[in-house]
Amino acid sequence: MTNLARATTAAADRPGTARGGARAVPQAPSPQGAMAAALKDAALAALVMLGLSFPILLLRSDVGSNNELVLTPRVPLVVAACAIVFFGRLAIAFVRGAWRRSHPRRMAAASPVGTRPVVGRVAGLLGYALTGAAIAFPFLAAYALGGLTPARYWIDLAILVLTYLMLGWGLNIVVGLAGLLDLGYVAFYAVGAYSYALLSTTFGVSFWICLPVAGIMAAFFGILLGFPVLRLRGDYLAIVTLAFGEIIRLVLINWVSLTNGSAGISSIPRVSFFGIPFTREDDGFAATFGLAFDPMQRIIFLYYLILVLALVTNAVTLRLRRLPIGRAWEALREDEIACRALGINTRNTKLTAFAIGAMFGGFAGSFFAVRQGFVSPESFNFMESAIILSIVVLGGMGSQVGVAIAAVAMVAGPELLRRLEILQVVFGEHFDPNQYRLLLFGLAMAAMMVWRPRGLISQRTPSVLLHGGGSPAAAPAEAR
Amino acid sequence: MADFVQQLVNGLTLGSIYGLIAIGYTLVFGIIGMVNFAHGDVFMVSCFIALLLFLFVNAVLGAGAIILSLLIVMVISMGLTGLWGWTIERLAYRPLRGSFRLAPLISAIGISIFLPNLIQVTQGARPKPTPPMVGDVIVLFADGHYEATVSYKQLIIMAVTAGLLAVFWYVVQKTPLGRAQRACEQDRRMAALLGINVDRTISLTFVMGAALAAVAGTLYLLYYGVVSFSDGFVPGIKAFTAAVLGGIGSLPGAVVGGLIIGLVETMWSSYFSIEYKDVAAFGILIIVLIFMPTGLLGRPEVEKV
Amino acid sequence: MRWLNDPLLSVEHLVMRFGGLVAVDDLSFNVGRSDITAVIGPNGAGKTTVFNCITGFYRPSGGALTVRGGAQTFALEKMPGHAIAAKAKVTRTFQNIRLFAGMTVLENLLVAQHNPLMRASGMSFLGLLGIAYPAAERAAIDKARHWLDKINLTSRADVAAGELAYGDQRRLEIARAMCADPILLCLDEPAAGLNPRESAALTDLLLGIRETTPTSILLIEHDMSVVMEISDHVIVLDYGRKIADGTPAQVRRDERVIAAYLGVEDQELPAVVAEVGS
Repeated sequence: MTNLARATTAAADRPGTARGGARAVPQAPSPQGAMAAALKDAALAALVMLGLSFPILLLRSDVGSNNELVLTPRVPLVVAACAIVFFGRLAIAFVRGAWRRSHPRRMAAASPVGTRPVVGRVAGLLGYALTGAAIAFPFLAAYALGGLTPARYWIDLAILVLTYLMLGWGLNIVVGLAGLLDLGYVAFYAVGAYSYALLSTTFGVSFWICLPVAGIMAAFFGILLGFPVLRLRGDYLAIVTLAFGEIIRLVLINWVSLTNGSAGISSIPRVSFFGIPFTREDDGFAATFGLAFDPMQRIIFLYYLILVLALVTNAVTLRLRRLPIGRAWEALREDEIACRALGINTRNTKLTAFAIGAMFGGFAGSFFAVRQGFVSPESFNFMESAIILSIVVLGGMGSQVGVAIAAVAMVAGPELLRRLEILQVVFGEHFDPNQYRLLLFGLAMAAMMVWRPRGLISQRTPSVLLHGGGSPAAAPAEAR
Repeated sequence: MADFVQQLVNGLTLGSIYGLIAIGYTLVFGIIGMVNFAHGDVFMVSCFIALLLFLFVNAVLGAGAIILSLLIVMVISMGLTGLWGWTIERLAYRPLRGSFRLAPLISAIGISIFLPNLIQVTQGARPKPTPPMVGDVIVLFADGHYEATVSYKQLIIMAVTAGLLAVFWYVVQKTPLGRAQRACEQDRRMAALLGINVDRTISLTFVMGAALAAVAGTLYLLYYGVVSFSDGFVPGIKAFTAAVLGGIGSLPGAVVGGLIIGLVETMWSSYFSIEYKDVAAFGILIIVLIFMPTGLLGRPEVEKV
Repeated sequence: MRWLNDPLLSVEHLVMRFGGLVAVDDLSFNVGRSDITAVIGPNGAGKTTVFNCITGFYRPSGGALTVRGGAQTFALEKMPGHAIAAKAKVTRTFQNIRLFAGMTVLENLLVAQHNPLMRASGMSFLGLLGIAYPAAERAAIDKARHWLDKINLTSRADVAAGELAYGDQRRLEIARAMCADPILLCLDEPAAGLNPRESAALTDLLLGIRETTPTSILLIEHDMSVVMEISDHVIVLDYGRKIADGTPAQVRRDERVIAAYLGVEDQELPAVVAEVGS
């Protein structure tokens, strides 16, 4: 609904009431009045919280000895929840009031025109800085922790972050650029992973052959799915892609003869250094290059492999964005009907976005398989799609640097939360932050949408400039 | 033959539950054109509300008054789940009205991740069995050694569904609230200019949807006798399929769609393969969306240029 | 009478039904090469429906729409929407402006040159490697600059299209359609909402297109001063049927036209009285 309609509703509905008046005029009527209103509002919110916590928070049910449910009341928890809501609401009201008093005229949003080049340049520099940091990371970690082996945890975590970053960048082509909401992206990740797992365990094909094959397979699946469904409008498309993702997972579970069902496929061959295995033997990596054998060599190699894959994804995306196809994707996101009127074959254009996004998902999938050495359908459930999507959305749809920041925050954040011992001091011995990870995650996703519907970095950098001296080739590496 | 009749009865029961959930999707889609992705999880929350209330009420009233207990539970649960629906709309969707089109959907996905985890954290991950409620069955007819039966549970479910549908049909067609809803559906801005409180109408639509999901939750609990925190997703998708199949935006369509999905699911499990029953539901969803996006009873959508 | 001797577009027995409603009923007319042709008529006469049929947004219930390009003939009623713009070279603008609001003015004009640029970038494969494409893009930018100069928006080329003033957006939409090299440009109420000065600028732009390019123009317009000033040929619709067809001078004397405007649409009356002067 538009603001106009909302304003008219308010006006038509309660023309003379104090509430309507208080909203229309920026200054609050009087400090006492504002105080009373804030208290009333907070009390109402606490009352709603009371309603919500009954009985979900109030009563805890546990399965007892005779397979019957035993209820335990938790009055303090409910009181605490209501108190938090009450005082939180009050605090928000005061902060807002103070803000309005000190910034009476800043209510209108600043024009984005003047700020855009600055944001673009900052994002560009940030991109280079992040790339540099990523290249140096394993050595920095080893230096800081006194050796590669103690740094293993951090490097593993970084590999995980980079995997999600690559998936995020891949999905960004579909969601951020072309504006097609894909809730089943994990299906392509699964196709890539199973392509490598099956080809290597059944036919002994090497990773370096499987990698492109997995990408092509995933792209093929992307076209297969995209062909019938891409004419559906936004949320229908989202639901259909979700259904497709679930179908792939259910097929992986139930087609036992091919995929070994829920048990998954194990002992997938490990990655080699372009044919030279990372083993202790004489033809292994360490011996070939005259180094001492260290199992960390494989981990470091995996780290740089995924870094290169992710950077390739980024480079291709940035390049495509400045080609006609990329501009057509963005135009499609803005107005599909106008695209058709200009002679753009919208179906093929969408299919290309879908296929290219899927292809990167497939690459990431085969990397996942070679790293884990094990794949099972449970790694490819809807939550994964949701996490990847929220990385894209949180980052700012279409922004490469934003996606990178979001990937670090979403993947490494919860992991680091778990290691914070201070939380255990505050909440008691048995507190396991990991339990709250998805809870906070879902909440953050909704809150993020309310707070910044366009994500962290919402400024769009033009793909080409007439003035300002940039031929497209000379434009900064980070666009949008 | 008896087997077929049995599957028919089972399918219609399941379909009633899907239909009740589907109405929530259809009402919300009709009025603000949004797929309320979290609706399946609201349904799941309502199952837990009903479960906890039932344990409590049943302990007070004693095991003899099961039907009365269920009735009380259902009414309170409708109110409480309605409050959940109201709160979610108020906090997660209303601020996004008029924002870019995918924002509410993504917010809804966030809520649909939040709710099951909330339940998991507050109630534990193990599935919760209920005490046995209504166990008697009526034998419809016997065919050799196989009997087709309909249980009291199933009769209750179908009767409650039919009764509530009549009530809601009346509300939407004949009351000022229903008129306001239909006006908002046609043209929200015009409705606002004519003095309809659009915000309140939309809020009430969410409350109605959630309350019907609460009925479905109580009936689900009665039927299956067990619920877990992850039980919102798949029924939610199936109910959404039902809403789309019936023609999203159409109230009778949602019920017809629900019944069809329920029948397909039981028949498929019985005659083809139980492993792929969810694949069948998802497959129907995809096929319907591709080949008849307006569904069975929906209005065709004309592209405005 | 170029529309009879050398028709660029022939509409023959066009019928468009929506359920039981007949929006366009057995409509036939020609659009002459290099002419500016106006379709006028009261609200609800079916003008936009005709446009949507010509540009492929609706599939006609019956009839034929034929475009005679240089050597080729296209049956528009059988072509998918995007091919009408890409192959038959018929482009359009919209009543409620449809720019790519978040993209810059220049990008809007480059998107319009999508098909030739796609070919130049070797379906993106060569473009990814940076082969051949940069030169094509420079040429495309030059063409965009040519049209930006014509609509006086060169200085605003790097601004998001949605930030332009309303009148500028209208002209940008026309320039964007022209960047697709149309042989027929269909304009849906190009003067709607413009002030007199903007209207005059629009008139100049359209006359300029007729003078300097081979593109013919078909337009729907309510502003009679614009129609009478620039049109070579006027077609009048009422209730989905053609009631008059001729030069502006012929049409303005036509009694059925006057009756249609005076009798049916009260709110059009002052404008018609002023323009027709009867």
